[in-house]
Amino acid sequence: MKKKANAALAAQPKTFKQRMQSDNAVGYVFAAPFIIGFICLTIFPMGLSLYYSLTNYNFVHADFIGLNNYVRMFTGDSRFWYSLWRTFLYVILAVPLKLIFALLVAFFLTRNTKIASLYRAVYYLPSLVGGSVAVALVWKQMFARKGMINGILGAIGIDRLNWLGDKNLVLFPLALLTVWQFGSSMIIFAAGLKEIPTSYYEAAEIDGASSVQRFFKITLPCLSPVILYNLVMQTITGFMVFTQAAIITQGGPADATNFIAYYIYTQGFKYFDMGYGSAISWVMLVVIAIVTLIIFKTSKKWVFYEAGNDD
Amino acid sequence: MGMSAKKKVGRFCYHLFIGGFGLLMIYPVLWMIIGSFKNNNDIMNHSANFLPTLGWHMENWANGWKGYSGYSFGTFFTNSLIVAGIATLATVISSSMVAYALARIKFKGRKIWFSCMLATLMLPGQVIMIPQYMIYNSINAVGTFVPLVLPHFFGQAFFIYQMMQFCQGIPRELDEAAFVDGCSKYRIYSRIILPLLKPSIVTTLIIQFYWKWDDYMGPLIYLSRPATWTASLALKNFADSSGQSDYGAMFAMATLSLIPVFLIFLIFNRYLVEGISSTGLKG
Repeated sequence: MKKKANAALAAQPKTFKQRMQSDNAVGYVFAAPFIIGFICLTIFPMGLSLYYSLTNYNFVHADFIGLNNYVRMFTGDSRFWYSLWRTFLYVILAVPLKLIFALLVAFFLTRNTKIASLYRAVYYLPSLVGGSVAVALVWKQMFARKGMINGILGAIGIDRLNWLGDKNLVLFPLALLTVWQFGSSMIIFAAGLKEIPTSYYEAAEIDGASSVQRFFKITLPCLSPVILYNLVMQTITGFMVFTQAAIITQGGPADATNFIAYYIYTQGFKYFDMGYGSAISWVMLVVIAIVTLIIFKTSKKWVFYEAGNDD
Repeated sequence: MGMSAKKKVGRFCYHLFIGGFGLLMIYPVLWMIIGSFKNNNDIMNHSANFLPTLGWHMENWANGWKGYSGYSFGTFFTNSLIVAGIATLATVISSSMVAYALARIKFKGRKIWFSCMLATLMLPGQVIMIPQYMIYNSINAVGTFVPLVLPHFFGQAFFIYQMMQFCQGIPRELDEAAFVDGCSKYRIYSRIILPLLKPSIVTTLIIQFYWKWDDYMGPLIYLSRPATWTASLALKNFADSSGQSDYGAMFAMATLSLIPVFLIFLIFNRYLVEGISSTGLKG
């Protein structure tokens, strides 16, 4: 006890320097950028957004109107419900297809040859460029009335389709643009496939399991944690779809691609109805949280964790 | 003999299928590049053809370069480079600092901040789009690059997480030995962790750069004067104003806007693949 006190006394002139060497000080110095950003650019805006959602904020004035925005959304705004419905449809169409493609291609490209890595690079390229304005414009031109797709269909004797003008068709070109970018999920799957011990397959082969059986009994269960990760991340990004709707269809035809993120943007930055836009943002956050929670809850039934791998 | 013939046919089918499908995958990109040399008539009336039917039109590139409302694409590319460059450097520095703290230093509240970081990883940005605009508006930053680059100085969850995963692979004995030798924890970051993080840093540089380069929503909300437009925003407005009359020029500028991304892809392909697999896995 006394020794400690003496040491502290002897070190008195250096206290500040010494304090700065403690784990707490070093930790907070290095974590400071995140902590400041988290408070100022995430938590504070979220609180502000919650407050705005209770007002009729429109850039000029903000009167407190209680839950009126939410009442309006749930009872008086059919565009909101339609927007939510179309976003769901889009996610349900695009995300599973994207993951299936990613998994299958990763599975077929597991061999470690030079040519397989070239193929992987080719399949990855769309993920790199797919989110850009340039590709969205190309897509718009491809699926235009006189575009490439209709040109090819015409050449093989099929009538032109009004891809971007028909609300029953328009989700397909947009979902295809998302599915097309399966490359990054594919690479994550490929890394997961590499981690499966070959001894599992060898044992199954000795037991006489067919390749299809091996895929369903070994590959899928072993890969299930990676599938869960991809499913959650892709679902969240799917709900946030914006660029495609903004550039290819501008939310049309007849609101068929007026996805939630685009609807928030138009309410906030076109109509300057920022209170209402904030309210929709919060509903969107809750919807995504619920969907994610459902995925995690059901995952207990289909995700298998290897014993001893639970850190 | 029969077996090996069967194997050969099998391998041929495999390459035909995988290769053919691969070609189909990059066909839209190739079609865009070739489209930048076609004239309007060609694009509208011979849309099924891959190569130009009505000759090669180099002038599309010159016409496109002229840009929009008095500003050439040179201006827009410079703006994109400034925004993507600053954002990328800021992301690397801030994210590596935070990753070091969360992965290596046992400070009070570390677990809470780690959970906050994971939460932001999953938070849809649109939720805070409107209030963030208000905040930038109140400090008169709307119309400048500040709203586009400032958030990157505070670390990006995706990259913090990736670097933390990578830190886990660096032997702790290294920092412990350095600490025993009297190296402070600040110097351990700059002398040991940062150099060893290099592969992860390269991945961050690449991914953050092309994300920022491709970004459309940020510039759309914050930049209204043409002099400040980034390439992606300029391309969209250019397409709206002259795209209907000059598809070739639009395709030329679309191709040009993707050249930095293509270059990154060609040079750093290996890092990209490794980076993505290390981020996704073990998550």
